[in-house]
Amino acid sequence: MSDIAARVKKIIVDKLGVEESEVNPEASFTNDLGADSLDTVELIMEFEKEFNISIPDEQAETITTVGQAVTYLEEHAK
Amino acid sequence: MDLKRVVVTGIGALTPLGKTLDEYWEGLTNGVSGADFIKQFDCSKFKTRFACEVKEFDATTYLDKKEARKIDRFTQFALVVSDQAVKDAGISKDNVDVDRVGVIFASGIGGLITFQEEVVNFANGDGTPRFNPFFIPKMILDIAAGQISMRHGFRGPNFAVVSACASSTNAIIDAYDNIRLGKADIILTGGSEAVVSAAGVGGFNAMKALSERNDDPATASRPFDKDRDGFVMGEGAGMLVLESLEHALKRGAKIYCEIAGGGATADAHHITAPHPEGLGAKNVMTAALKDAGLQASDIDYINVHGTSTPLGDIAETKAIMSVFGEHAYNLNISSTKSMTGHCLGAAGALEAIACVMSVVHDIVPPTINHFTDDPELDPKLNFTFNKAQKRTVRAALSNTFGFGGHNASVIVKKYS
Repeated sequence: MSDIAARVKKIIVDKLGVEESEVNPEASFTNDLGADSLDTVELIMEFEKEFNISIPDEQAETITTVGQAVTYLEEHAK
Repeated sequence: MDLKRVVVTGIGALTPLGKTLDEYWEGLTNGVSGADFIKQFDCSKFKTRFACEVKEFDATTYLDKKEARKIDRFTQFALVVSDQAVKDAGISKDNVDVDRVGVIFASGIGGLITFQEEVVNFANGDGTPRFNPFFIPKMILDIAAGQISMRHGFRGPNFAVVSACASSTNAIIDAYDNIRLGKADIILTGGSEAVVSAAGVGGFNAMKALSERNDDPATASRPFDKDRDGFVMGEGAGMLVLESLEHALKRGAKIYCEIAGGGATADAHHITAPHPEGLGAKNVMTAALKDAGLQASDIDYINVHGTSTPLGDIAETKAIMSVFGEHAYNLNISSTKSMTGHCLGAAGALEAIACVMSVVHDIVPPTINHFTDDPELDPKLNFTFNKAQKRTVRAALSNTFGFGGHNASVIVKKYS
């Protein structure tokens, strides 16, 4: 697992209160990990803070799974 | 239409004296002070560095970690007392109609700690708004009532009541009215407060409302003592389950006591200072007695607002003399804030609970920390100084007054 993937996983476990084993690349925040609409907004904010970037709203809306988050952050993290 | 009789069938308490009803009542009757140096934030530069905090409160002991994180401390308190009260009342989905079970729950201020955290974060940033999406739903004062309904599935009347430090007494009266008018069978009522934060303590300090007796926190809350110098901030939550008598009897519920009546008035005088002659306080006690259909001589115990401020304690005493006349000398009067501190929007609920327990057990909890008589107070009045007193308590009245000049009183009496 990349450093970025590990950090993403840690945030998701912390914010959504799920087990590490549930946080696999295909897992959907809302369908699999129990997030509601406010949780997903908070997750994006935490990613922004952790990786010191700004994720535009239109991009944020396309990040719905763990894998999509890791891919996006690997491409954009500074 | 005939008004229904309303009884208390369940209680929950999370207090500076203990985190259950039993611990709370034991602390009250033993005259224990809940005051200590503040643990929740660095107050080293503050004029007041102590408060009556709920000791060693870890929300995850009671709530799921994820759930606890999304709610303010005042709502965490509210959920804890709701669990206690529902269990104590023996309510389950099998013995109530959830559409006729409501929640009318108060706070004086709401999620001040959350508000402070979010605004500080923003102020420390570069101007980019990064407010947490849970900021507003954590902060708003009504969220406690909403969260309680979600936790227990109660779909009856649901709202918050605000009148500063009178809030939870007003909530109890609203709950009482809803039930006696037949709009609900059961209402979970009370209040919660958790503002022992920089903004909370700093704000009250700026008004010179708080005691600054940093060399001896345990004796700082000393209502009716000559050397009182302000109130001690408390935090906590109290809940009473009010239920129509017919519904309680039908399901065989345990009955603590009956709600006799309540009253609400305004001083129409000043934002924070009481009316010097206690006019609003006099009127509210008179209104509560009238609502209850009781005479002044039917009351045995008054749990006063008695916050330990120089002006407030005098004005309230004048009001009691005016309403109760000669019978004032037969009363037991006490301020349990001498032990719990002033729990603001939770004060009315916690003090109504003290009245309920007093009526049930025929014990009056004391006003602790009495050292020197105040020459401005009538020495013939019995303020129950320093030690609890045993006596028959047929009916007890609880006073609460809030910034804005709001006054609310509720009367409980023995159920027979």
